[in-house]
Amino acid sequence: MLETSYLIPFYPLLAFVVIIFFTRWNEKLSSGISIAMILTGLVHSVGVLIAMILRHGEPLEMASTFIAHPKIYLELGIWIDPLTAVMLVVVTIVSSCVQIYSLGYMHGDPRWSRYFSYLSLFTFSMLGLVVANNFFMIFIFWELVGLTSYLLIGFWFEKKTASDAGKKAFITNRIGDFGFIIGIVLLMAYAGTVNYQEVFTEIQAGKISPGMLTAIGIFLFCGAVGKSAQFPLHVWLPDAMEGPTPVSALIHAATMVAAGVYMVARGMTVFAGSADASMVIAVIGLITSFMAATIALTQVDIKRVLAYSTCSQLGYMIMALGLYGVDYANQHHSVGYYAGTFHLMTHAFFKALLFLGAGSVIHAVHTNDIFEMGGLRKKMKITRMTFLIACLSISGIFPFSGFFSKDEIVAASSTHPFFMFGTLLIAFMTAFYMFRLYFLTFSGNPRNKEKFDHAHESPRSMTYPLIALAFLSIFAGWTGLPFDWFGITSFSHFVYHGELHEHHASYFLMIVSMLVAGSGITISAMFYYWRKWSAEAIKAKILPIQRFLFNKWYIDELYEVAVIQPTLKFARHLWWFDAGVIDGLVNFAGWFTVKWADAKMLFDKYVIDGAVNGAGRICMFFSFFLRLIQTGKVQFYALVIVLLGVGVVLYKVTPEGALWYFGGVVLVGLVSAYFRMSRPERAEIK
Amino acid sequence: MSEISNALALFYEFVIANPVFCLLAFITILSALYVVTLRNIFHCAIFLVLALFGVAGIYVLLGAEFLAAVQVLIYVGAIAILMIFAIMLTSHYSSQRISQNNEQTAVAIFTCAGFLLVSLGSFAYSVWRVRSIPLPENNTMTIGKLLMTDFVLPFEVVSIVLLAAMIGAIVLARRQGS
Amino acid sequence: MMMAYLALAAILFSIGMFGVLTRRNAIGILMSLELMFNSVNINLVTFNKFIGPDGLTGQIFAIFVVVVAAAEAIVGLAIVLLLYRNWRGIEIDHINIMKW
Repeated sequence: MLETSYLIPFYPLLAFVVIIFFTRWNEKLSSGISIAMILTGLVHSVGVLIAMILRHGEPLEMASTFIAHPKIYLELGIWIDPLTAVMLVVVTIVSSCVQIYSLGYMHGDPRWSRYFSYLSLFTFSMLGLVVANNFFMIFIFWELVGLTSYLLIGFWFEKKTASDAGKKAFITNRIGDFGFIIGIVLLMAYAGTVNYQEVFTEIQAGKISPGMLTAIGIFLFCGAVGKSAQFPLHVWLPDAMEGPTPVSALIHAATMVAAGVYMVARGMTVFAGSADASMVIAVIGLITSFMAATIALTQVDIKRVLAYSTCSQLGYMIMALGLYGVDYANQHHSVGYYAGTFHLMTHAFFKALLFLGAGSVIHAVHTNDIFEMGGLRKKMKITRMTFLIACLSISGIFPFSGFFSKDEIVAASSTHPFFMFGTLLIAFMTAFYMFRLYFLTFSGNPRNKEKFDHAHESPRSMTYPLIALAFLSIFAGWTGLPFDWFGITSFSHFVYHGELHEHHASYFLMIVSMLVAGSGITISAMFYYWRKWSAEAIKAKILPIQRFLFNKWYIDELYEVAVIQPTLKFARHLWWFDAGVIDGLVNFAGWFTVKWADAKMLFDKYVIDGAVNGAGRICMFFSFFLRLIQTGKVQFYALVIVLLGVGVVLYKVTPEGALWYFGGVVLVGLVSAYFRMSRPERAEIK
Repeated sequence: MSEISNALALFYEFVIANPVFCLLAFITILSALYVVTLRNIFHCAIFLVLALFGVAGIYVLLGAEFLAAVQVLIYVGAIAILMIFAIMLTSHYSSQRISQNNEQTAVAIFTCAGFLLVSLGSFAYSVWRVRSIPLPENNTMTIGKLLMTDFVLPFEVVSIVLLAAMIGAIVLARRQGS
Repeated sequence: MMMAYLALAAILFSIGMFGVLTRRNAIGILMSLELMFNSVNINLVTFNKFIGPDGLTGQIFAIFVVVVAAAEAIVGLAIVLLLYRNWRGIEIDHINIMKW
């Protein structure tokens, strides 16, 4: 099982190739192949997870050389350790659910096969990213994931907003990737390798200077900032909601945005080696989480709320990992690593569930605006139930999975008071806006009668994945409990960094987090369920703040003015220069060619033709005289024969005599010709 | 001067020693000159006959009697007569008033003089192994025998040549359309 | 003595050649040609008598020359007749169709 785990990414790749080249015209076959392949991947991933559990978490590495140069050594290989195995299972489960869900959601779309091929390509990229064993390879798949994200966000590219969102996602990602690649290059330069294990060995041996390690850490983190939509590169995530909802579920909730978190977790040794880099990570995580949570309070588009929620939860994970790094650098042990990775897993499940549920609702009422919805609990029972489970999970209510992971994050931040305060505040806000979303969508009375009448429960292809994910949202978190899972005590004993540490659960923190979540839910219910307090009144009182939050803290506008416009202006200036120079050159080349051709024509006409004609004319000139030899008279010819015959014989005998002879002939000929000319003409014979 | 008088003396001595030869030679050469210069072509033919007679005499002097007879019979009797016929058939009265020698006369004189000098010079400067050949007594019979024995092939061939010439002449000169 | 004969033959040949090169009348040319043939015959017989092979080879050669000259004169005159028919005149120097 483990030895063939490199095949796992190739299942969906095979699906992609087959669909693109062979089955594009057969819709059923395309989706069938895609789903078959991902299920195969799922089975294999589960097998890998079981094998890893049985091995007690002993990692496996397999590699083949890509470039072997004395200065640069790059390889393509796989590294399977517990984190990888967990990620494999998460990615394949969510991908399978999304693909099955898409069978129902994308019904009737003209580009069906292309959609499934893109989904398969994305899954291939994500799986490849997860199994990579060095930074170079992860970067390759990093970029691939970004590409497929672009393709899928802009899937309905006839809509300008969709294609713009795709571009925004890709470009923002790219900015982060710029930092990422600088980090990788620095690693290559200072550690001499990009292989994870070798880099970690170098760092633990102290081969890299602290300042450089900080720099590398920050640069590598830039990639995570872009990919996981952290501040300041978070701007693409809300716009990415233009894509189909299953895409949002897969990519922008569960997997791709998790790639950044995964990378930070994977390269923890790098970050943990520098307290400053880790602090930067933690701070950015906190800022992002807080900012996104505040914005989510005011949004009215169901998918936007979920997008900002994702952003906020990712901030949680990043912050937890950052805090772990800070503590590790200061020789403390923190549960941050466990918290971050565990939350990664649970968040994937319930966020995917939330998005798919939202998609189900949108599919039913054909609108994204929650103020057009309401009362859907009567019409869409399964959707409502699963959505409720997911909301409870994300709010962190016992015994749902989100409770366990969020509790660990609170525990991780407990050693840093400021962070803990932030964490609890954000937890409160999270519970509040999630239940606001739930109440406005499903509870109460319908606000739009017509849409409500149209609403119906979604087909089974859409509801079964919801049920599966709800199941996971409840029980996946229980792996964190200290039971005996086939020889592994709990998740924290499976996925860990450095040495295995026992940590003690703090019941006090658990109760505190429950209280915070509970209060959030209650207050939200006061506004939106029991309608004791009016949201409108509050909004009117704090209108400027509400505006500020609703417009996403005006960050997009800031970027537009500060970055985008100057760049476009500069590009336009460059284009002017380029067009002038290049066009000038091309036109000049054309003009010059014409003139040169004219010159050549002149040369040809006068020199070449002159030479040719001249040769002819010289010939004619000489022939004008030479032809006189041919008089047509036989006696003349006979005379010449005799003359020359005698001359030759004479020449043989006496050369001097021959000279006299010929001279005499010429003289006599001339004289007689003269006399003949001067005599009158003879009469001609009639 | 003395060389010229020496030469003349030698010349006179030669003439006295060989009168017949000199007479015949003189006739022949004079007739030949008239053949090539006279305006009236008919007169030329007459002088040709005379020249041929002269040459026949030379043959007799050389001991070739049969050849002399053949000469007279064929050349004079046939060829010269033929030429006279041809002259009569193709004559133009107006042609008697204009010169019979064309424009390249002067050069031709020069050339022929040159040729003559070259020939005579070559004869004079050659080494001749002269010996007296005893000629057979009966010239004609000997020639007749030789023609039938040693030279029978050329004899036959030449008869075919004559046949061909005759046919050719007839074909060429017949009236068109007959 | 032989030289005299040879000189005679040379003179006759030259005169004949002059006539061939100069005469305008075609028959005149033929007559001059006969002179040349005769000079050749004189040469042959002279060589036979004074130098040549034993026997009468030279004379027989001369006979054959006579015969061939006769044949040639026949054909030549036939051509002259044709010429006269086509050109109404047998001046050779007017016939220059092969001029350039």
